Amino acid sequence: MSQMKELPKGNRVIVSVIGPDKVGIINGVTSVLSSNGINILDISQTVMQEFLVMVLVGDMEGSKVDMATMKDLLHEKGREIGVRIDAQHEDVFNFMHRI
Amino acid sequence: MLSMQEILETIKMIQEENLDIRTITMGISIRDCCHPDPEVACRNIYDKITRLAGGLVEGGEDIAREYGIPIVNKRISVTPLALIAEASQADSYLPFARALDMAAREVGVNYIGGFSALVHKGFTRGDQKLIQAIPRALASTERVCSSVNVATTRAGINMDAVCQMGQVIKETARLTADQEGLGCTKLVVFANVPEDNPFMAGAFHGIGEPECVINVGVSGPGVVKSAVKRVEGEDFGTLAETIKKTAFKITRMGELVGRRAASRLGAPFGIVDISLAPTPAVGDSVADILEAMGLERCGTHGTTAALALLNDAVKKGGAMASSYVGGLSGAFIPVSEDMGMVRAVEDGALSMDKLEAMTCVCSVGLDMIAVPGDTSAETISAIIADEAAIGVANQKTTAVRIIPVPNKKVGDYVEYGGLLGRAPVIKVNPFSSNQFVRRGGRIPAPVQSLRN
Repeated sequence: MSQMKELPKGNRVIVSVIGPDKVGIINGVTSVLSSNGINILDISQTVMQEFLVMVLVGDMEGSKVDMATMKDLLHEKGREIGVRIDAQHEDVFNFMHRI
Repeated sequence: MLSMQEILETIKMIQEENLDIRTITMGISIRDCCHPDPEVACRNIYDKITRLAGGLVEGGEDIAREYGIPIVNKRISVTPLALIAEASQADSYLPFARALDMAAREVGVNYIGGFSALVHKGFTRGDQKLIQAIPRALASTERVCSSVNVATTRAGINMDAVCQMGQVIKETARLTADQEGLGCTKLVVFANVPEDNPFMAGAFHGIGEPECVINVGVSGPGVVKSAVKRVEGEDFGTLAETIKKTAFKITRMGELVGRRAASRLGAPFGIVDISLAPTPAVGDSVADILEAMGLERCGTHGTTAALALLNDAVKKGGAMASSYVGGLSGAFIPVSEDMGMVRAVEDGALSMDKLEAMTCVCSVGLDMIAVPGDTSAETISAIIADEAAIGVANQKTTAVRIIPVPNKKVGDYVEYGGLLGRAPVIKVNPFSSNQFVRRGGRIPAPVQSLRN
């Protein structure tokens, strides 16, 4: 995440994907984001044991849907692919790890 | 710049370690609801609560979705009702309890606190009427919680109130016998009660509080336990430091949610209560933390020291994380709501006496403890007196929430389900305290009250 772009307005969403690695995860997640006008600022992924862990940072500025709706859409997609997808406002992470 | 590790740490806390916001509690002053006609006063109270708290539940749920962190309860606390009802001509305060219950139901909160009286130095007529109404109020309402403050370090212990509360608890258990004394789970007897506590059943909106305020209670015993496990075998300095850092992170979540909730609901942000509050969920246990520190079972020798360390480290971490820490802010050790405590009792490791010792170093007191149904009112009063003495002498809050479960004896179980959990009935000392608690009057304030 070290290259994460700084935005003047903090309205970013952190999307996390955890589950067994398989074909089409990135495509599934990014299609939900792009079809709702959310620009992806950063993607990072790693494999922990047999699980794929992926974190995406999205810019909500141009989003067509609000956070709650987007979360539901991502949950839905996660169920479809068979991984756990969650989305949280970046404040949660900033508040916990930064003063 | 957030690192992947930090992001994953937060996600793990929420998804695997039960990190949640235990409660957003809206404190509402109902001081302006007084009226000589009790019907008008009740209507005023109902109207004010439903007006101010109308958006509380929905607002809480929206914030939970936005941040992806569960907010388990949305609750309301009001000014101690004795102060308000006293202005009316009412003989019985039951209608006031019903007004609170209806308002809570209307706005969709599961508990409303404030059927309360502050009698640490003596009773007014309103206080007396309120205390008399407690058993029937708790038996005939679903969501109303009651608390009575019987002692402070400054005033000493009102032993008349202590004596009376033993009878009130017995009567409440009797009136709710068909639900295993459920009414007693909604009744707390306090010493040095805080005025901004967001946790039920002891929450009320103190008289020094503003018109309306948002207080938040965080949780996260599971997160602390995982952190403690990671430093297995390390020395106490490392242990304390680890808990402190974890408590900091947990409290930051409370601060974030509290501020967001306050701005959304148009009320000032009051405090974050940094108490570690267990739930009956697996892994969400304070007893488990103590055992993770190296005790075979919670309640064995060393437990009080372990709890003191935990409580102190949580406070230090929490105090750095929030601008306004308040309420009870320590570790809760309820029995029925903590599966680790239940197991410790079952294994014979944890007794009433040890629980009492533990309350000397943690935030609350004897909490959610089931005792035999034939425990006398005087014995319960004596238990309250002991706890009050610990609070008064140590200038801290202590409380008693005890259930003499009708028709149950030691070893039986009581099942409440949900957040209240289940508990084995614990043995109390069989010897009488009758003459002591019946003396009447007030135990003088200790010398440490002379601070000016």
